[in-house]
Amino acid sequence: MGPALKLVVQRVALGLLLLLLVSALIFAGTNMLPGDVAQSILGQSATPEALANLRRDLGLNEPALTRYFNWLAGALQGDLGTALTNGQDIAQAISHRMKNTLFLAFWAAVIAVPLAIFLGLVAVRFRDRWPDKLISAATLASISVPEFLLGYLIMYFIAVKLRWFPSVAMINDSMSLGEKLSAIAMPVMVLTLVVLAHMMRMTRAAILNVMQSPYIETADLKGLNRFQVIFRHAFPNSIAPIVNVVMLNLAYLVVGVVVIEVVFTYPGMGQYLVDHVSKRDVPVVQACGLIFAAVYIGLNMLADIVSILTNPRLRHPK
Amino acid sequence: MTNALLDVRNLKIGATAYPPGEPPQEIEIVHGVSFTLEKGKVLGLIGESGAGKSTIGLAALGYGRGGVEITGGEVWINGRDILKGGMRGLRALRGAEVTYVAQSAAAAFNPAKKLMEQVTEAAILHKKFSKAEAEARAVELFRKLGLPNPETFGDRYPHQVSGGQLQRAMTALALCPEPDLVVFDEPTTALDVTTQIDVLAAIKEAIHDTGVAALYITHDLAVVAQVADDIMVLRYGDKVEYGATDQIINAPQEEYTRELVTVRSIRHEEKAPTPDAVLKVDRVTARYAGTAFNVLKDISVELHPGQTLAVVGESGSGKSTLARAITGLLPPGEGSITFDGRRLSPTLSGRSREDLRELQMIYQMADVAMNPRQTVGTIIGRPLEFYFGMRGAEKRQRVKELLEEIEMSDGFIDRYPAELSGGQKQRVCIARALAAKPKLIICDEVTSALDPLVADGILRLLLNLQKREGVAYLFITHDLATVRAIADSIAVMYRGEVVRYGSKTEVLSPPFDDYTDLLLSSVPEMKLGWLEEVIAHRKMESAGN
Repeated sequence: MGPALKLVVQRVALGLLLLLLVSALIFAGTNMLPGDVAQSILGQSATPEALANLRRDLGLNEPALTRYFNWLAGALQGDLGTALTNGQDIAQAISHRMKNTLFLAFWAAVIAVPLAIFLGLVAVRFRDRWPDKLISAATLASISVPEFLLGYLIMYFIAVKLRWFPSVAMINDSMSLGEKLSAIAMPVMVLTLVVLAHMMRMTRAAILNVMQSPYIETADLKGLNRFQVIFRHAFPNSIAPIVNVVMLNLAYLVVGVVVIEVVFTYPGMGQYLVDHVSKRDVPVVQACGLIFAAVYIGLNMLADIVSILTNPRLRHPK
Repeated sequence: MTNALLDVRNLKIGATAYPPGEPPQEIEIVHGVSFTLEKGKVLGLIGESGAGKSTIGLAALGYGRGGVEITGGEVWINGRDILKGGMRGLRALRGAEVTYVAQSAAAAFNPAKKLMEQVTEAAILHKKFSKAEAEARAVELFRKLGLPNPETFGDRYPHQVSGGQLQRAMTALALCPEPDLVVFDEPTTALDVTTQIDVLAAIKEAIHDTGVAALYITHDLAVVAQVADDIMVLRYGDKVEYGATDQIINAPQEEYTRELVTVRSIRHEEKAPTPDAVLKVDRVTARYAGTAFNVLKDISVELHPGQTLAVVGESGSGKSTLARAITGLLPPGEGSITFDGRRLSPTLSGRSREDLRELQMIYQMADVAMNPRQTVGTIIGRPLEFYFGMRGAEKRQRVKELLEEIEMSDGFIDRYPAELSGGQKQRVCIARALAAKPKLIICDEVTSALDPLVADGILRLLLNLQKREGVAYLFITHDLATVRAIADSIAVMYRGEVVRYGSKTEVLSPPFDDYTDLLLSSVPEMKLGWLEEVIAHRKMESAGN
C-alpha cells in the first residue's frame, strides 16, 4: 500500500471514529437537558399512570447506554425515529428538507467557489494595486455586515424596489428548475457574499505564500508571463490550503444557513431545526445534530484527502 | 566595438535597505561595473556575500531579486541593450537567449511537476523546439550530464532524485533551449564535496560541448579556477581585479585578491594527546524515535582537555546526530558518554545544571540561534544570570569583558542581532557559550555559513580562546580546510560510523581508506587543471580495477 493510500485510509477511519464520538456527545447532551419527554408530550395535566405507560412505550426506562445504542443502530439503518410533536417519521421529513438545503448550498457553492478563486488569482496578479485593494475592500465589507442584515437589504432593494425576484424563497416539487432558481436567487446571493471573502483571501494568501518560493523565480527567469507563472507554478502548490478553506465554507453553507433560511422562509434543514428546538422535540434535534456533524466531518475529511492526494511527495514516493 | 556576446557597461544597481529603527533608504549595491564576455567563454564572478556577484549575474537576465533594481548603465546582449526593451523584451530574452542555474536546485524546481515538464518548458514556450524535440534534447542532456536512466529520468518528481542529480537537472534545464549565455549562480555550493566534483566536471563538459558562454558565480576561488577563462573579483559592489584565470590565481595584483588566494592558510600545530579525557564517547548507538535505522553505529571517540576533535563527514553521515547524543537531546540506545570523569545521564532532563553549564554549544546559523528581540547584552548576560546568579552592574561588567574576549567593542552591548554582520553574530554566540565557563564547546558547522575571510577570523578567535581558557572543542564540519586549521585529532564519519580516527597527522597521511581518500581528493585545490587531474586519475583507477 502506498503512503498516500495508507494516509487516506487512516483519515477515513479517523473521520468515522470522530463521528461516533460526536454522536455520543449529541446523545449525552440532549439527555442532560432538563425536562422529561413523556411529560412534554402529554402536557402538565397527564396522570402518573399515563406518564409511566408512555415512558415504557418509548423505552425511557432502559439504561442510557442501551437507549444510545438503539438510537445509533436505528440511525445507521436510516431510522431516525419519529418526531414527538407530530408523530412524523423524521428520516422522511429530513430527507425532503435536506434536499432543499443541499440545493441551495450547491448553487451558492457553484457561484461562490470559482468566483472566490478567480478573484484571489486576480488579486495576486495585481498585488497591492487597485484591483487587489478593491477586491479586498469589497469582500471584507460584505463579510463584516451581519448576514441577516445583508439578507434584508438585498430583499428590500431587489424584491421590493426592483421587483426582480420574489421576497420569499418558497420552493416545492412542482416547480421547474428555472422557477426554483429564480426563487433561491436572493439567498444564493447573500450566501455567496458571506462565504466569498474568506475563500478569496485564503486563495490570495496561499498563492502569495508560494510566490515567495525560489521555483517561482525559476519560472520568471524562463520568460513566462505573470498569469502563466501563477497558474502553472504557484496554483498547483497552493491547492491544499485553498481546498481546506473551501470545504470549511461548504460545510457552513449546509450547516450554518439557519439565519438565511429563516430570513427568506426557505424550507430547509435550518428552518426545520429551529422549529423543533423551540418545541423541545428531542429526537429531531438529535437527528439534525447528527446529520450536521456528519456533513462537517465528511467535508473536512474530504479536504484532508485532497491535500494528501495533491502532495507529490505522498503520491509519488521515492 | 567588440563583437562580444555580453557587454555590460557601467552597470549600477540599487536596493531598498531597511536599517533597524530607521526609515527605509535607497542604497547603491553595485557601483558602475563593466565587463565583456565573448561567445563560448566562461567568466567567473567571485567575491564574498554582499559583493554583488549574484546581483550582477541576474542583471544579465534583466532581473532584480526582491527590491533590487538596475538604476544605471547598459547590458548589451547579442547587439541590443536588454534594459531598453521593456518587460516584453525581457520575457523574450529570459529562457531563450539567457538562462539561469540557481544555487539550490532543490528549491528551484517546482515540487508539483515532473522534471521533464520543467526542463523543457522554456524551450517550448519560446518556440525554440517542438515538445518532442525538446524532450529528445532533454534526454540527450541528461545523458551528457551523467544522470542515471536518462530515458526515464524526466518522469520523476524533484523529491525523487538526489541533490547532486537535481543540480545536474537544473543545468539541463538551463541548456535545453540552446541559450547563448548561462548564468551559473553558486551551482555546487550546497553540495557535498564528493558530489561537487562530479557536478563540476559535468557542468564543465556540458559548457565545452555546447559552446555556450557562461557567467560562473561563486565565493570559492578554487572552484572557479577550474571552469573559468577569465575571473572578475568583486567586493562591495566594485570591481577589484579582472583578468585571465591564470593571472588571478598565480599572480594576483591586488591585496584583496591575494587574501582570497591564500585564505585558509592557518596552520595549527597539533597538541600531543594527554592521558585524561574531558569527553569519552563509548560505543554509542542511536536512532531517531519511530525508525528502525541506526544513525549512529558503535561510535567511540575521546577528547582531551584543551584540545580539538574534528568530526568530519558529509550530510547524512551522522555528525550532527553525534552532537545531539552528547548534549542529551537524543538519548543513545546503547553506550555511554563520560564527561570530565563522570558518566552523563543519557537524557537532558537527567543532567544537573553543572553538567549543562560545562558543556555548551555553538550553531551554524548564528542569526536563528539568537532571539532577535534581545540585545547583545541580554543574550550574553542570560547564562551569567542562569548559572552564576549575576545581576546588574556586575553582569554588565562581565558582558563587557566577554565582548573584549571576542574582539568586539563594548559599544555593541545595546545593539540587536539584526544590526550585526554574520561574523559578528557568530562571535556573540561564542561569547554566550564562553559566559558559562564551559570545559567543552560543541561547534556545529560554525563557519560553514560564513565567507572564507570571515570564517578565518572566527577560527583564529577560537584558537586564541582555547589557548587562553583551555576549553576543548568538538568541531563538527564538512570542510577539510577548516579541519586542517583547527584540529588536534580527527574522526571521519560515513553513514553513521567512524571510518577513520586518530591524530590529525595520522588521519591526513596515507595509507588512506577508500572513503577518506575520496573525501580528501575531492577538496578543490587552488590550481589550474586540478579538476582534470583528479577526474583522469579516478578514471584510470576505476579502469585499473
